Amino acid sequence: MNKTFNQKAWYFVIPVFVLVAFNAAVPLMTVVNYSFQETFGSNVFAWEGTRWFKEILHSERFHASLGRQAIFTFIILLIQLPLGIFIALTMPKKGWGVPVCLILMSMPLLIPWNVVGAMWNIFALPDIGFLGNSLNSIGFDYNFTQQSGDAWFTTVLMDVWHWTSLVVLLSYAGLNSIQPAYYQAAEIDGASRWDIFRYIELPKMKKVLTLAILLRFMDSFMIYTEPFVLTGGGPGNATNFLSLDLVKMALGQFDLGPAAAMSLIYFLIVLLICWIFYSLMMKNEART
Amino acid sequence: MAKITLKKLSHSYLANQNNDSDWALRGVDIDWKDGGAYALLGPSGCGKTTLLNIISGLLKPTEGEILFDDKDVTTLNPVERDIAQIFQFPVIYDTMTVYDNLAFPLKNRGLSDIEIDSKVKEIAEMLELSSTLNNRASGLTADGKQKISLGRGLVRSDVNVIMFDEPLTVIDPHLKWVLRSKLKELHQKINRTMIYVTHDQIEALTFADQVVVMHEGQIVQTGTPVELFEKPKHTFVGHFIGSPGMNILPCEIKNGQINFEGKVLPTNTRIKKTNFSKTQVGIRPEFINFSNDGIQVKIKRVSDTGRHKVVDTECKSGNIKVLASASTEIPTGSAHISFDQKYTYAYGDNWIIE
Repeated sequence: MNKTFNQKAWYFVIPVFVLVAFNAAVPLMTVVNYSFQETFGSNVFAWEGTRWFKEILHSERFHASLGRQAIFTFIILLIQLPLGIFIALTMPKKGWGVPVCLILMSMPLLIPWNVVGAMWNIFALPDIGFLGNSLNSIGFDYNFTQQSGDAWFTTVLMDVWHWTSLVVLLSYAGLNSIQPAYYQAAEIDGASRWDIFRYIELPKMKKVLTLAILLRFMDSFMIYTEPFVLTGGGPGNATNFLSLDLVKMALGQFDLGPAAAMSLIYFLIVLLICWIFYSLMMKNEART
Repeated sequence: MAKITLKKLSHSYLANQNNDSDWALRGVDIDWKDGGAYALLGPSGCGKTTLLNIISGLLKPTEGEILFDDKDVTTLNPVERDIAQIFQFPVIYDTMTVYDNLAFPLKNRGLSDIEIDSKVKEIAEMLELSSTLNNRASGLTADGKQKISLGRGLVRSDVNVIMFDEPLTVIDPHLKWVLRSKLKELHQKINRTMIYVTHDQIEALTFADQVVVMHEGQIVQTGTPVELFEKPKHTFVGHFIGSPGMNILPCEIKNGQINFEGKVLPTNTRIKKTNFSKTQVGIRPEFINFSNDGIQVKIKRVSDTGRHKVVDTECKSGNIKVLASASTEIPTGSAHISFDQKYTYAYGDNWIIE
């Protein structure tokens, strides 16, 4: 067989290499570079080895923001998933209600994130905001700028408002792909509404729900813009989540070395959790 | 078990009905005996699935009533009617084992664990699923899954009727044959009323004692496979059943006789009524012979299928297909054909004249 050897095809791959290099590899390697060194600006670097990593891993400040982040993500997953599924189940399957619901559901997803933060900031202001004012006028002592519980409540509520739609839309798509014969068979088998949900709808939604959980985990674990605009991490450090803390360390204190080490640890945590989660969800899939 | 009576059943998916085409079912009357095997046969969109869903209670008919053993069940739901239905695509509960799938309809009806266990094992034995009882149902092949669907229908001993909605569509051809014989065997064993919906004439004719042929929402003929073949009551049955289908050609009816191509065609049926807007003569390709005199035709094409030859011929009124045995010498050019008068029928406005 006569094979022509021609390596020119590699030229076609070059643009991708360049793109990936500039938007992923180079910035990431810069961060890696920073994480092992101390810098005082003007491109003067001193080798520090694993010092920043050790410092971050033992830092109480990091532990605290990681803990806040984990609790926040856990709470919003706990609320958004069941709520999203529930809304998807109650949405109409045909008629004029479908486009109305879909448009209403998509709206929060289309709003720029900093606008969401600003909207909720104004909405929740205790003196002039509709939410804050109403809560105070019916007797709640509500002030998200000063009380950490209120700040958490507002941040969670904002995220639920902003992102539950994503779970709804994914679940709705999953539900709509179920053949009517499944419902008919269940009806004939005498299944209850709960049985239908448990044995038909939930298993059939498994793939979209895996996607929903992964997306919501990643986005909420890396949340920055909305709480930055809403609370700025406050009051005190009450809503100082990981990414907010990271930015404070990198740009506020200009501790580039520790901030780089923290970024890498942060990145590895997200990667690890996603991997564990995905493997768990797909374990049964592989067996069948 | 029950006998099934349908009275003047009509159904429309539209809120307002203006003409015949707005109806999915029109005036269906059926009397089915207890323990019979029936097939509903017709092309896609003829209303057979609609009819099936009405019998099972998944749909409420627009008009008419359904009786099981003379008891009106029109307003009852599928559970109250105690029926089983098997669908075109295998419906299984993915997360359950094969055992739990089969046990599910029994559990929902509150049977004791011991009863459930013996019934599930009996059905699994019958369907050759015993070895996979503890496997997850989602891991089975398409025919295995369809067997589970079948098993969930058969596991309840109290069902009035078991209905099949084209259950072999997704099954491989060689397994189709196996499952079909299985169904026939089960019917003989458990002796329950079974209704089988299909668009495949072979499936219908091999499964059922009585075949109901449907066309545009109406029943055009009910009969045994032989009756449908030998004496189609409607031109549609002639076309649809048999391969190739019946030859149906325009003719004139004068003085109770069929005039075709300038000749009087002898027939065994007595023709009384004559006031039709369209009259036709029908003869199956199997009942036409080449002869010395008779209708003159041009031979257009001969296709040899191995077992027999299909001869396409042409006369002034249209094309006529002739089925000849493989050993028959087919004349070339022009020839004469004659019809077997026992199987020559006249049709007025598509319905048989008799």
